[in-house]
Amino acid sequence: MVLKIFFPQCCNKADSGLLVGRWIPGQNSAVVLAVIHYPFIPGQVKQYIHQMRGQSGVDLTVLGSWSMPKEGQEGMESFLRDLSTIFPQGQWLQLSREMGKIGFRCHVLTRDPNGKLIQQEKELKEDGEGEKGGKGGEGKKGGTKKGGGENKVEGEEGGGEKDKVIFIHYEQRKVMLSQLHPVDNGVPDPQTESQLPQVFGTVCQSEPLFFLDKYDDGPVKMTHWQSEGREGSIIVELMKQASTPVCLLTTWILTLWTSLCSSRILNVRPMRFISSKLSTCLQLSYRTEHLQTVCSPTRATAHNHFMRKANIFVSFFVDVSLGLLLVSWMYRENRIGKLANTLVPAADHVAKELEELLQWLMGAPAGLKMNRALDQVLGRFFLYHIHLWISYIHLMSPFIEMILWYVGLSACLGLTFALSLLSDITALLTFHIYCFYVYGARLYCMTVYGLSSLWRLFRGKKWNVLRQRVDSCSYDLDQLFIGTLLFTILLFLLPTTALYYLVFTLLRLVVVMFQGVLHLSVDFINSFPLFAMGLRLFRSYRLAEGVKFRVLCEEPGTPLHLMMDINPLKVSSVVQTYRTPTYSCYPKDSWLALCKKLFLGELIYPWRHKTTKID
Amino acid sequence: MQNGDQHYSMEDETYTDIDGKAISLECQSHSGFCREFTVSSAKVSIGRVMAYTCAVWLSAYIIFFVTENTAVLSSAIIITLVGMMVHIHFVKVDHETLLIIGSLGVQVSSSYASGRESTDFIEMGKIKDIVINEAIHMVRKIKDIVINEAIHMQTVIYYLCILLKDPSDPEAVSSVVPLFQSSKPRLNCLVKVYKSCQEILAKC
Repeated sequence: MVLKIFFPQCCNKADSGLLVGRWIPGQNSAVVLAVIHYPFIPGQVKQYIHQMRGQSGVDLTVLGSWSMPKEGQEGMESFLRDLSTIFPQGQWLQLSREMGKIGFRCHVLTRDPNGKLIQQEKELKEDGEGEKGGKGGEGKKGGTKKGGGENKVEGEEGGGEKDKVIFIHYEQRKVMLSQLHPVDNGVPDPQTESQLPQVFGTVCQSEPLFFLDKYDDGPVKMTHWQSEGREGSIIVELMKQASTPVCLLTTWILTLWTSLCSSRILNVRPMRFISSKLSTCLQLSYRTEHLQTVCSPTRATAHNHFMRKANIFVSFFVDVSLGLLLVSWMYRENRIGKLANTLVPAADHVAKELEELLQWLMGAPAGLKMNRALDQVLGRFFLYHIHLWISYIHLMSPFIEMILWYVGLSACLGLTFALSLLSDITALLTFHIYCFYVYGARLYCMTVYGLSSLWRLFRGKKWNVLRQRVDSCSYDLDQLFIGTLLFTILLFLLPTTALYYLVFTLLRLVVVMFQGVLHLSVDFINSFPLFAMGLRLFRSYRLAEGVKFRVLCEEPGTPLHLMMDINPLKVSSVVQTYRTPTYSCYPKDSWLALCKKLFLGELIYPWRHKTTKID
Repeated sequence: MQNGDQHYSMEDETYTDIDGKAISLECQSHSGFCREFTVSSAKVSIGRVMAYTCAVWLSAYIIFFVTENTAVLSSAIIITLVGMMVHIHFVKVDHETLLIIGSLGVQVSSSYASGRESTDFIEMGKIKDIVINEAIHMVRKIKDIVINEAIHMQTVIYYLCILLKDPSDPEAVSSVVPLFQSSKPRLNCLVKVYKSCQEILAKC
């Protein structure tokens, strides 16, 4: 198998030293993590690596040596070879690079079973060229840098196994911070796990190794990604320090609030019923839950928990700021007062329109001829209802402005609250339409059921409730007579009830659609993963779907050099993976079931609120 | 010193795709076990772009002449611009590349006319084999633009695909990844790519 060496780009210009990294079992690959510089004491190096192995849980070893001689530093070759005796390895890599040349040179030293070192030195063949298979023998370990390392190609004529080497350059910081998807939640079996997750996992878990670098006064001086300069931000550090007391305070407030909410006073039946119907209360409970997740003082270790917390925090933040913007816009120039002043006239206007509609129905709507008596009864009944409703609205009108002013302040809690409030206000103001719909639907439903049952009687059949099927039945003459009479009456009254039902159902559907749109947008704001989207747009290497390779231009006779870049996750996968589960509000029935219910006159509640999904 | 990078394109044979349009194949051998194949389709033809633009603008002018509404003209301009941008960014594939690296994996990438590249890498441990498969392809040809008759024809086409291993059962094939979906080269082109890939798969 070809030997693959993952070499970090930051070590390309490092001074000579020892390579520290990990061999990946079963894949014939090595991941180089850092370079330890001279001078060092081998005993201290061994001790340090042992300590790091314990801290990080990664199987770190000394992989080999790296030499990049500067002017005046000669004669390292034999010294480097002697080093391999100090650190007992199965395979020892010797990478070297010359100033001015781009490529690396690599020797592979293996131990035979006796413990002696065999050097698989491949000499460069003058005539050997790219005959097929001639490129072998690159025994370079380690990633080569761009442009290639020197490939020591060779292979003895007819030689056996030509070790081939691929250098894969990777950017250490990006690979360390990145997270491969799909995220593996369990502990994977190291034997069957594929190569790339192992590489990513190795770099990620070796974080303790990267604390000391060559500028620190420690037992060993190393070069890795931190040596190029550490990034830090004062604001982030300050926020990290401040976050713990803030979290504790918020958790305490939230426990108070939840205990208040679950107290006995507020849990009586009527209050519970009302609060389950109002979407504002639902949204409030939902946000409380969210805040509890975010403000828990324990740190989130798993990637999924961290992303969940971050998404909730960012979406809550954006929601509250949008809400504050809305409040400031509405309360400036007393727009809320103007809104309250137009509310009552709007309700009046709606009521007038309804009255006209009913007058039209009581006449000859669309040229249809209604049953006069039933028409008048229903029309007067609904007209009286509207009259009552308008009286109530007028009774409330002096208080509406004040109520709206105070209730509108709760939009400070977020834009979602404002939208839920709007949906609730709409529901309250169109309550009469809902009532009309229920009356009309019930009447129509009764008519339809009566008709179907009497139709069965007409044909001499009966519905068997026990067996849930239609059976034949012999009726008496009186029963048949009355049944036929009733059937005829209901049949001729059907158009009238059907028309009222149709008109009020349409009105109700309009209101339901409007409320549905509001609920869908609230749901969208609640569940959209803003933090994950921001990461994908601005730090796309953090969420990785995979990798992509680029062949770096080679010098002749050099081994293969590849550059490994991170392939970011697709935008649709980001949304799908990191979507916050909500009490999603979606149509309960399919279109067919909905139409069937409408036809039969059953009451429809198209939007269903689920309780929060538990994943 | 041998040049480690052999680069050659097939000049003696011209390749076509299944619709008869000319395509080109470029094979690059980076090393003994790393090869790259690029199949390039025809570029966006200026004739078609002009025909499309003229058709849309002419119809917009006619509608404007009838309705005297200037919004029609501006919407026509916006439609053509947006349509062209969407086409070159999301639809029109310029070239497709297959990079096979022995014992590491296979990388498949499509490059669109706007320069966007979409890449996918499959590790060698997941690959069972690379084969040429047959498929039945429904082709619809407009027989004559004047008569506007459409004929449905079925042809057998060949496509190159990668068979992936099932993690639970090493002998079974879990899924198939088809290659060169947009360029759709013919069998002669596929055979060359297939032979090269099999050489590398056999070595490692």
